[in-house]
Amino acid sequence: MYDIAVIGAGIIGTSVARELSRYSLRIALIEKDNDVANGTTKANSGIIHAGYDAKPGSNKAKYNALGNPMFDELCEELAVPFKRIGSLVIALESYDMEKVEELYNRGLANGIPEMRILGRSEVRKMEPNLNDEVVGALHAPTAGIIDPWELAIALAENATENGVELLLNHRVTAIEKLTDGFDIRTSASGIEARYVINCAGVYADEINNMAAAPYFQITPRRGQYFVLDKNTGSLVNSVVFQCPGKMGKGVLLTSSVHGNLLIGPDSEVLDDKDNVETAAHRLLLIKEAAARTATGIPFNTMIKTFAGLRASPSTRDFIIEESKETAGFINVAGIESPGLTAAPAIAEEVVRLLKATAGKLKKSDDFNPLRRKVIRFMELKDHERVELVRKNPVYGRVICRCENVTEGEIVDVINRKAGATTVNGIKRRVRPGMGRCQGGFCAPKVMEILARELGRDMQEIVNEGKESYILSGTTKGEQDYEGK
Amino acid sequence: MKENSIVNRYDVVVIGGGPAGLAAAIEAKKHGAKSVCVIERDKELGGILQQCIHNGFGLHIFKEDLTGPEYAERFIIELMESGITCKLDTMVLDISEDLDLQILNTYDGFMHIKAEAIVLAMGCRERTREAVNIPGTRPAGVFTAGTAQRFLNMEGYLVGKKIMMLGTGDIGLIMARRLTLEGAEVRAVLARRGYPGGLMRNVAQCLHDYDIPLMLRHTIVKIIGKERIEGVLVARTDEERKPIPGSEELYECDTLLLSLGLIPENELSKGAGVKLDPATGGPVVNESMETSVKGIFACGNVVHVHDLVDYVTDESRRAGKSAAYFVRKKLKENGLLIKTEPGKGIKYIVPHLIRVDNLNKSLQLFMRVREVYPNSRLIVKADNEVIKKSRKMHMTPGEMDNIRIDPKILQQRKPAILSVQVKREEE
Repeated sequence: MYDIAVIGAGIIGTSVARELSRYSLRIALIEKDNDVANGTTKANSGIIHAGYDAKPGSNKAKYNALGNPMFDELCEELAVPFKRIGSLVIALESYDMEKVEELYNRGLANGIPEMRILGRSEVRKMEPNLNDEVVGALHAPTAGIIDPWELAIALAENATENGVELLLNHRVTAIEKLTDGFDIRTSASGIEARYVINCAGVYADEINNMAAAPYFQITPRRGQYFVLDKNTGSLVNSVVFQCPGKMGKGVLLTSSVHGNLLIGPDSEVLDDKDNVETAAHRLLLIKEAAARTATGIPFNTMIKTFAGLRASPSTRDFIIEESKETAGFINVAGIESPGLTAAPAIAEEVVRLLKATAGKLKKSDDFNPLRRKVIRFMELKDHERVELVRKNPVYGRVICRCENVTEGEIVDVINRKAGATTVNGIKRRVRPGMGRCQGGFCAPKVMEILARELGRDMQEIVNEGKESYILSGTTKGEQDYEGK
Repeated sequence: MKENSIVNRYDVVVIGGGPAGLAAAIEAKKHGAKSVCVIERDKELGGILQQCIHNGFGLHIFKEDLTGPEYAERFIIELMESGITCKLDTMVLDISEDLDLQILNTYDGFMHIKAEAIVLAMGCRERTREAVNIPGTRPAGVFTAGTAQRFLNMEGYLVGKKIMMLGTGDIGLIMARRLTLEGAEVRAVLARRGYPGGLMRNVAQCLHDYDIPLMLRHTIVKIIGKERIEGVLVARTDEERKPIPGSEELYECDTLLLSLGLIPENELSKGAGVKLDPATGGPVVNESMETSVKGIFACGNVVHVHDLVDYVTDESRRAGKSAAYFVRKKLKENGLLIKTEPGKGIKYIVPHLIRVDNLNKSLQLFMRVREVYPNSRLIVKADNEVIKKSRKMHMTPGEMDNIRIDPKILQQRKPAILSVQVKREEE
């Protein structure tokens, strides 16, 4: 029997699992898909919010304020790129300045440091590419950017290095309360655990309802985005939001941590928890909205569009609590924005809740918070490059020509714990296929490397999910032709 | 091939070992470049020709009907015999404006190379689903035609059984036939415009001969399917290639092939400060195929997308020869400079600049028209004076046109601008 089962390996589940791996516990991290970070975590803005948005006194406000300052150390330990570039909420009309002031006051109430209200000339100095109409802005220098899936993958890897068992392809189908724990039935095998932490994202309500009476609903709220080519991110120096409105926090413009310009999202309530289709008319609205922030957005360098789902709770606030009905079952649900920012603080709260119900937890003696950095060849200095290829020649072969990713980097992320097994899994870890050709040139080579390293046939390699096969057979051999 | 001695300096470095790079390297060596090095990212020379196992190559250059690998082989053999260095499985990471290259492979490691002249011959890439913004889900089973071609012809795998195709580029047309021969059902090939984008001979030989429906003025407005593609919504398009609401129809398929055109791949060129022409997506070049950066030349699909490899070879020979002349200081840098200018109906002209003193026999201008022109003339003007008219039965954006100019006329008239325009016969 496991001490703890964490259901869901998104940013929340991986954060919780990694935090719990500091203790002497047997932990299962259960995930329905074949990779971590496969739901909301892989498709959002990737902003570490300063914390002025949420209503003072709410869980969102509390954990945002607590989570934000944790990122420097966390990303240092896990060797995940993170940049504190600050954020601006810009006012495009004079009446927007009221909203800016409201946010400023909220920020003060939430304990957010270093915020300032800027006038037009200061904004223009900071962001010369914004439209002339900008009247002023709220500046919050503590906001930052990160690749959310990179963080979740790193958390999962570090958690498994510290003893957490990652169970992929385990979709939870039923949960039964036992006298001293839970019997969790899944699509793969049965799992018994004393405590359950429900981090199931858009499915968190359904998981709760397997163990207790329904008391909240999760509604998928879709947001769509544009990603432009690398080096377009320099159009803006910080995360630039428009004043909040119907579309959520307001369409934003930011560089990604890798230098792509990211534009979006909109907000659209759906009933299908799997619907991550993009829709032309919504993307057009985003384009038009973004043009109000800056006219010079180079949409002709577009690399892709994508859609993600926010897990919006009927309670309108994060639900982080032990079930009142079912002891030992902890819900971490409705973690929509600013959930990514709040994740490390939420993970600490889960440990507190667990201690409250389970008593004292014993710290593990050999917990290692550090993750081995993924070497990115292009970021190395000349002499380091020379040295690396001399030691390990496989870093001398470029597989992805758009992002200049070497075979060494790909082999590395396949062979790590919580490693990649799919084409998109590789893409999210080291970026081949993220660039202009969208995998046209490198996908066959990435598949070959995956097949070789995993000891599988090329035809078994999938793009993303289990059914997402890429090849459908082999071409005709000599025996297939008449007369042979 | 083993690289024994590490040489860090070459007269001419050619980036890319496809048809353009091969011809340029051979020609540079022939015309007096002492040391020539071809850098190829793949494990063998020949570039995309190696996956083009169909015939139709070499009709102009060799007066023979060859397959892609056969065409490539002729150049590879010549290159091997001419003492040119080849670095295979090698990537150029960066080129500086003073012609310093950063290269990377598994056997030399990471190193810098200094060139006296560089020939850019990196070719092009395919336009993706994302570049044309097709909404819907992102399932497996959506391939660019060239990627599918690599899977079938190089790796020996099939990509699907029930195929829809969007776009009518030449690779797409050839793949429609290839997939049919492999037993797949190609349900339809859609063209967003009222005419196909590829060569007419490919439409006839690859679609008509195999009864594959060509649906002009249609596009895909949605991709359906969660993990693997399950279907596409097809809509008719209006005059501006926009889908007509209400005309959507579902086509089930397990594969979508895209043949939406090619884009010259100039990331390295940009890094070196080479000026690009937005109309071609490639470098601005002169009569010698020299770019805006002194000593950097360019040829083949990195400059503008060609339909026929024979023309790539011609152009690349000129680039290679010019690079050698440049190294030998035989390339004239001064004298009369003429600008070419695409006039009415013309999308672009290559070359963009002409230094008349470097011309010998004749000057050939390559261009594409903006739309289909039946029974028309190409009119060449030196400043405002018509110097040549050329009758064309049928011009289409899918087929490159060219016109020859006698350098003597340019020397006599000394125009500032040489322009070409299309005139319909009835006008």
